[in-house]
Amino acid sequence: MTALLALEGVERVFGGVRAVDGASFEVRPGEVHGLIGPNGAGKTTIINLVSGLLQPTGGAVHVGGQPIRGLAPHRIAALGVARTFQNIRLFPELSARDNVIVGEHLRRKESLPARLLGLPPAREAEQRVRERAEALLARVGLEDRMRERVKNLSYGEQRRVEIARALAAEPKLLLLDEPTAGMNPVEVEAVAALIAKVAAEGHSVLLVEHNVRLVMDVCHVITVLNFGKVIAEGPPAKVAEDPAVITAYLGGPA
Amino acid sequence: MEWLQETYLTYQSTLGYIGLNALLALSVYTTLSCGQLALSSAGFAAIGAYAASILTLNFGQSFPVALLAATALPMLVAVPLGLPVLRIRGVFLAIATIAFGEVVRLGLVNWDYVNGAQGLVAIPQKTSVWMIYLAVALALLLLARLRGSKWGFALEAIREDEAAARTMGIHTTVYKLAMLVLGAALAGLAGALEAHYSFMVAPNGFGFVRVVDMLVFAVVGGTVAYYGPVVGAAFLTVLPEVLRELAPLVGIEPGPLRFLVNGVVLLSVILFLPNGIVSLPARLRERRRARSVTA
Repeated sequence: MTALLALEGVERVFGGVRAVDGASFEVRPGEVHGLIGPNGAGKTTIINLVSGLLQPTGGAVHVGGQPIRGLAPHRIAALGVARTFQNIRLFPELSARDNVIVGEHLRRKESLPARLLGLPPAREAEQRVRERAEALLARVGLEDRMRERVKNLSYGEQRRVEIARALAAEPKLLLLDEPTAGMNPVEVEAVAALIAKVAAEGHSVLLVEHNVRLVMDVCHVITVLNFGKVIAEGPPAKVAEDPAVITAYLGGPA
Repeated sequence: MEWLQETYLTYQSTLGYIGLNALLALSVYTTLSCGQLALSSAGFAAIGAYAASILTLNFGQSFPVALLAATALPMLVAVPLGLPVLRIRGVFLAIATIAFGEVVRLGLVNWDYVNGAQGLVAIPQKTSVWMIYLAVALALLLLARLRGSKWGFALEAIREDEAAARTMGIHTTVYKLAMLVLGAALAGLAGALEAHYSFMVAPNGFGFVRVVDMLVFAVVGGTVAYYGPVVGAAFLTVLPEVLRELAPLVGIEPGPLRFLVNGVVLLSVILFLPNGIVSLPARLRERRRARSVTA
């Protein structure tokens, strides 16, 4: 089976820092792929490279077999890539529901003239869009917070809105950048269940996460980065025992 | 009887200018609605005003033709202007677009065909107040219809977080350019209507000060709602007239003091209602709720 996402010798240099240094790995359809590593290993940089917010300084990234070099983020989104942000980038003045509605942008095939004339089909389409957004928010457990401006929501709730917003695009590939940071254990449990369910529905997930238990529980494959290089890859149980991984996390023998 | 007629004429003029200022404020609002501070509206208004005036004055064209040209020409100019300048953001975009306005103004000052700095006079009076308000109504209808649509949400998303909007598949350049072009159309139309309302145009009427006025109308009215700029334009156009009428009643000479009061009112709105006049009802509701909680 061809990979949905393929990185080949990807490199990204910031000044003198090689944030990503020749990283290669693949994410297959329907796979939950963990991307872990110590702070500064280059995990978020990879998410930014795949979503087009950064351009690689070397190597190639393919989405669905297509090279994405030089493509603007909105073009990559159109290939079926959606993401969340480590530092939460919701639209703060918009309600939770409206944030998710923006996420549906690419799926909405509406006619501008019909909208400007206020024709009934345009209104019906918008009604459907609203209902879909509400259903997604219900899915992440925010059915009673839909009309609240997201800036008034708690940290965990904001992260869940971001996940719902990314899912609204029905992406082939969902990039989650530390989706459970700042969440309480109950919320983490719910996100883990959601990720598993989303993958079962056929979406691929690339998950950057520090919560080791979550990663071990939901990922099919884990890639471990250190200083921008892939140091291990494989199923969770195997990666957990890998000496290079243990050294990277706990420090090597003196 | 004569007094009545005079009063009517005074107010008719103010009424017209409320509408014209509303159109100009809306032309600044279009780009503000997607978070871009573009100050090119005075330049576009100048292009519209001169295009229409040349057509009616020198080529004997009908007024509808002149208005059409005055709306279309700024739109055509907005595309090559917008493609490079909309790549820059914030205060730099503001500076670049102010420079555009100055280029237009100085170009007109040095253009002998339109009498340079003196401008054009004896432009036929063809604008009626209803035309101005029809234009305002159509502009408001357009903006209202965009709200809640795919395109309206995209604009809000760009205003809130451009990079995040791009990852949702929103082609931000197209939206920003479309709003600049729409603003150019509104400004050009307003310029043409104003030229045929006041019988004359001069380059210095479209300088930096003018575009700051438009921005102030929009901000004081409130850019959180599409009708905010209209409210701001109405408020700030009427305010000096009201102060002129009121000053003698409280025993003050109408004069420089009027401008001082004008400034104080302006500052108060900005300080106490940062989201503009249109946010006043929501603010009052909030305060009432807060009071009922403490009581």
